[in-house]
Amino acid sequence: MARTLAMFTDVSLCIGCRACQVACKQWNQLAPEEPEWTGSYQNHAHFTDKTYRLVRFFEETDATGQMKQWHMMSDVCKHCAQAGCLEACPTGAIYRTEYGTVNINQDICNGCRYCVSACPFGVVAFNHDTGTATKCTFCNDRIHNGLGPACAKACPTESIRFGFRDELAGKAKQRVEELKKLGYKDAQLYGEDTNGALGGLNAFFLLLGKPSIYGLPDKPKLPQRNVIADSLLSIGSALLVGLGALVAFRSRDDKGGA
Amino acid sequence: MSLSRRDFLKYGATTGTAVVGGGIDLTPVEAAAASLRIKEAKAFPGVCPYCAVGCAQLIYVKDNKIVDIEGDPDAPHTEGALCPKGSSTYQLSLNERRISKCMYRAPGSDKWEEKPLDWMMEQIAQRVKKTRDETFVESVKVGDKPVTVNRCEGMAWLGSSVLDNEENYLIAKLSRGMGLVNLENSARLCHSATVPALGATFGRGAMTTNLIDVQYADVIMPTSNWAECHPVSYKWVMKAKERGAKIIHVDPRFTRTSATADYHVPIRSGTNIVFFGGLIRYAIESKKYFHDYVVTFTNATLLVDPNFKTPAVLDGLFSGYDAGKRSYDQSTWKFQLDADGYPKQDPTLRDPNCVFQHLRRHYARYTPEMVERVCGISKDLFLKVADVYCSASGPDKTGTISYALQLNQSTNGVQQIRSLCMLQLILGNVGRPGGGVVALRGHSNVQGATDFGTLYHMLPGYPAAPLQAPHPTLTDYLEKTTPKGGFWVNNPKFVVSLLKAWWGPAATKENDYAYDYLPKREKADAYSHQHFVIGMHQKKVKGFICMGQNPAVDSPNAKMSRQAVRNLEWLVVVDLFETDTAAIWKEPGIDPKSSPVEVFFIPAAPAAEKDGSLTNTMRLAQWHVKAVESPGDARSDAAFIVDLGNRLKELYKASKAKKDRPVLDLVWDYQPQGPKKEPTMELILKECNGYATDDVTDKDGKLQYKKGEPMKTFAHLRDDGLTACGNWLYGGIYPEEGKNLALRREKAKGGDYMAHGWGFVWPANRRILYNRASADAAGKPWSEKKKLIWWDAEQKKWVGNDVPDFPGTMAPNAPRQTEGPFKGIGGVDAFIMNPHGKGQLFASVLDGAFPEHYEPFESPTRNLLSKVDNNPVAKVYDIGDLNRLGTPDKYPYVLTTYRLTEHHAAGMSRHVPWLSELFFGHFAEIGTEMAKELGIQNGDMITVETPRAQIKVQALVTERIKPFIINGKKVYQVGIPWHWGYQGVMKSARGDITNDLVASLGDPTTFIQESKALLCNVRKAVA
Repeated sequence: MARTLAMFTDVSLCIGCRACQVACKQWNQLAPEEPEWTGSYQNHAHFTDKTYRLVRFFEETDATGQMKQWHMMSDVCKHCAQAGCLEACPTGAIYRTEYGTVNINQDICNGCRYCVSACPFGVVAFNHDTGTATKCTFCNDRIHNGLGPACAKACPTESIRFGFRDELAGKAKQRVEELKKLGYKDAQLYGEDTNGALGGLNAFFLLLGKPSIYGLPDKPKLPQRNVIADSLLSIGSALLVGLGALVAFRSRDDKGGA
Repeated sequence: MSLSRRDFLKYGATTGTAVVGGGIDLTPVEAAAASLRIKEAKAFPGVCPYCAVGCAQLIYVKDNKIVDIEGDPDAPHTEGALCPKGSSTYQLSLNERRISKCMYRAPGSDKWEEKPLDWMMEQIAQRVKKTRDETFVESVKVGDKPVTVNRCEGMAWLGSSVLDNEENYLIAKLSRGMGLVNLENSARLCHSATVPALGATFGRGAMTTNLIDVQYADVIMPTSNWAECHPVSYKWVMKAKERGAKIIHVDPRFTRTSATADYHVPIRSGTNIVFFGGLIRYAIESKKYFHDYVVTFTNATLLVDPNFKTPAVLDGLFSGYDAGKRSYDQSTWKFQLDADGYPKQDPTLRDPNCVFQHLRRHYARYTPEMVERVCGISKDLFLKVADVYCSASGPDKTGTISYALQLNQSTNGVQQIRSLCMLQLILGNVGRPGGGVVALRGHSNVQGATDFGTLYHMLPGYPAAPLQAPHPTLTDYLEKTTPKGGFWVNNPKFVVSLLKAWWGPAATKENDYAYDYLPKREKADAYSHQHFVIGMHQKKVKGFICMGQNPAVDSPNAKMSRQAVRNLEWLVVVDLFETDTAAIWKEPGIDPKSSPVEVFFIPAAPAAEKDGSLTNTMRLAQWHVKAVESPGDARSDAAFIVDLGNRLKELYKASKAKKDRPVLDLVWDYQPQGPKKEPTMELILKECNGYATDDVTDKDGKLQYKKGEPMKTFAHLRDDGLTACGNWLYGGIYPEEGKNLALRREKAKGGDYMAHGWGFVWPANRRILYNRASADAAGKPWSEKKKLIWWDAEQKKWVGNDVPDFPGTMAPNAPRQTEGPFKGIGGVDAFIMNPHGKGQLFASVLDGAFPEHYEPFESPTRNLLSKVDNNPVAKVYDIGDLNRLGTPDKYPYVLTTYRLTEHHAAGMSRHVPWLSELFFGHFAEIGTEMAKELGIQNGDMITVETPRAQIKVQALVTERIKPFIINGKKVYQVGIPWHWGYQGVMKSARGDITNDLVASLGDPTTFIQESKALLCNVRKAVA
């Protein structure tokens, strides 16, 4: 296996411009969607089958209700080392590349949507037009041709950096120390630790406060490993997976598809 | 192998197929997924057409179709990045809403009709001729003397700050050739105050520095929403921050820029002069100004006429005010002269009449307490940021200030900008690395469109557009517009060369180089954007050519402006999409039958589909190459202008009338090619650059240029007709046949961090203006850390990391020149364009020699500094009920308008789906406290009202918008972005028009509107 590639998003450098979001749309030729009221600048509210990169906006107020900080964070598929989507996929459509990224083979996906609910970050979305699950691939075509992902390339402030995971992790740790010296005492990395939650995230983040400020789970877990009591449900799920797969294959056959 | 981000990018740009990490073993499935659509595509150099950062792009084309547009990683100023707008430029070309056929709307009709291009062009040419002939004034009497004025007031032409330099040049040339005086581009409404403000202070109306250099600042004070409006250039601010620079964001709202700043300073809109005046006072009183710089390079030492009085003495007025005329007699605003005619000086700065002492007394009233009362920030915050910003001074430190429309769009916009320029001068922050004034322009070619003179008051290269009374002849004109010292003494060479470029062999010494052909303005107070829109409303202006601008949405008092457009006889819109202006007769609630205007829509080409250059905010001209053919009848704006010119010449061919000679004699051979008659753009560039009209010999009789050869530099231009030059500032951009320096793309190498091999920066590729000031009086760098250029005594020339903005071999101890191209300039006169070579703290601007605070015309308070509430010489348009002003009893909230990252001027982004999906629709930002008081929830529809109009928008309730405490009283503010209109690709892209709320007011010098500080009322909307 080649060296793991990763994306390091440093929110202390993010200006919330959403270049990444649009560059992703352009490169991946994703259709626009009518936006909705979210109560802030953010659109869309969630990842969708047409939005793989999403800049989230959070206003943090202090104890007296005064404005403390306006956080902006460009969110993306984490390409987890222990990927819930991959583990939940009954057909083998979801696979890990030699660079450690997690992709969904659109020709094999049967549209069962188990990956959608298995993702602890709400990343994977179902595309009703193709009947398949979709998400960020780190621009698979670009990285296999020596180019960085479109989002990282467009980022004006280099808040999104792309490269070899070990090198980026070193830089990220250094950056946390620098920020702490500058007075950002809550600066911390999220997902960088390969011994941490989900075996580390291949898209990891530098946050300026606790993860929940950014809408991230403090300790991300795979839903299928949550509690033993869920195991019964899991067995049920497994049955359904099989059934779902059958149905999906059949319906695809009906359409003359794969 | 260490792989940086740049390496990834570089591989992409050069090979497209290089591997990362080595040893790739693709499974068949991955191989299929990994086919790259740009792999066999050809990459064309492009430039983003949105804002003036001018991000360099690569346009990938396969099978004559654009397959991808992304940033050019070699670009030194943008490093391959793009903002969301830049990232979506693909959809400016490939867009279902793109119009590719010509469309005609007959008077009163409710539908478009498709028409052939040739028919349209012929009809347009006939309308232009008819209106010109009907409204042309050939001669007037000034006193009892007849003066040829060759003026046509019956139509207007709006060029565009998103069109190329060459296109703006053609517009200026053809329209002036036709006699047009109503000539503008959108720079009038966004940055027109910049030009006289920077011009009067430093000598040139342009940003002094270079974006890349911002990274070397020790403190950065954006007074604009830099991160949101110019995101890619904000990388240099963030790099400075990573190096430890402090950021002070001065903005009434907490924006995405504030989120990155160390200090957010929320001053009330319209009070910048109090803030900067307070800083000037602080710097002087605490002795933090850079004394040696001030004495060497500014006019602080010059002695002013003892009869000159400032508002500190005259309670808000300068000496010479005439209340009846609402203007100043400036006869006391002058220097005391010595026997040689040069101002007397006091290098000790102690003489009570010296500029420095006037400055000190004038701003003594701008105390921290006054800042607190007027601006609405605490004295403590003010003193903190004053201390931090003024630390960026002296030999080792520098600070950068940015500004944009918060300062421009005001009834004293010029003075607001001047106040920050003066602060930079006294701190020694001009012409030095990490210093300067960053004038952030909003459109891709605001700088270029201004340089090329699609503005009513000037000609290409900044000579004034002549006025009938003072300038009846060329001699009068040159005498009155050419100063006695400074580089502008060369004005006659620039003017005569321009006349030769326009009228060629018809411009002879005998006929004053066809000076009579130029239209002469009746008066200074006429022809600006607001003037001619009102002229349309009153049916005095009958025809209108509108290119790349959308006045239906972006004009102040926009509701009145739309009616004005509907009142026209004919309207030509040249654009990519059906703009709100093109659809003026379709506005919701308007009966198409009620509008007689005949509308011609001509489809245009975006930058990716044509050749030409755009000049970004740091004076960098970059050439973009036509990557693909435009669809259908769509073609470049240049093709439209050249075609129209040729048809007019044809229509006038048989005329013997004197008034038609300027059209018939206009040099207009641009070799149109192909079925769409696209002109050869490099010919236009060459004309702008300048060329010899005949063989030219130097003073030793040696052949310098052969006839037709391009000029190597503007220094070789002449006032005897032997040279022609469309814009002297761009002299050297095309120094040899076939050598287009705007097309250069050499990345930064070694210590040349500003990359002199990338594009062309006017003048003469100088990246930081006034860089002589980076060295001390003796020519040594002020410090090792802040060195840029210095005097090399051995080589006897200026050397360093930039092209000297100074005579290259003039020694630091050289005496003041008494003749020649640098008359009046000596070895320490870094501000070479100014008459005395000094940075001008004291300067004659129409509304004062120093910036003085006046309240906006709609304000929650009286002026706390003097009895004069508003700028006493500002323009108030007299259009009765259409321009009523609000008072705080009925309109208690301060309203400010602005732009967002994701949208742009009204003609492009709302037609782009990838941008339109980023905001849910039109909204107003209001604070939590105000919302609670009014019972407004986040997301409620609200009505915002001024005496001009009311609009309905969604309320975005946020902690980011805070009330001010003004003179002890709480005042709420409301912020409204202005992008929306009735045309747009999806529901979120359509909404009420913010500029309907804005009044018809103007800065006295440039007539820019006051759209940043208004009063409004707000209520929950009735569903």
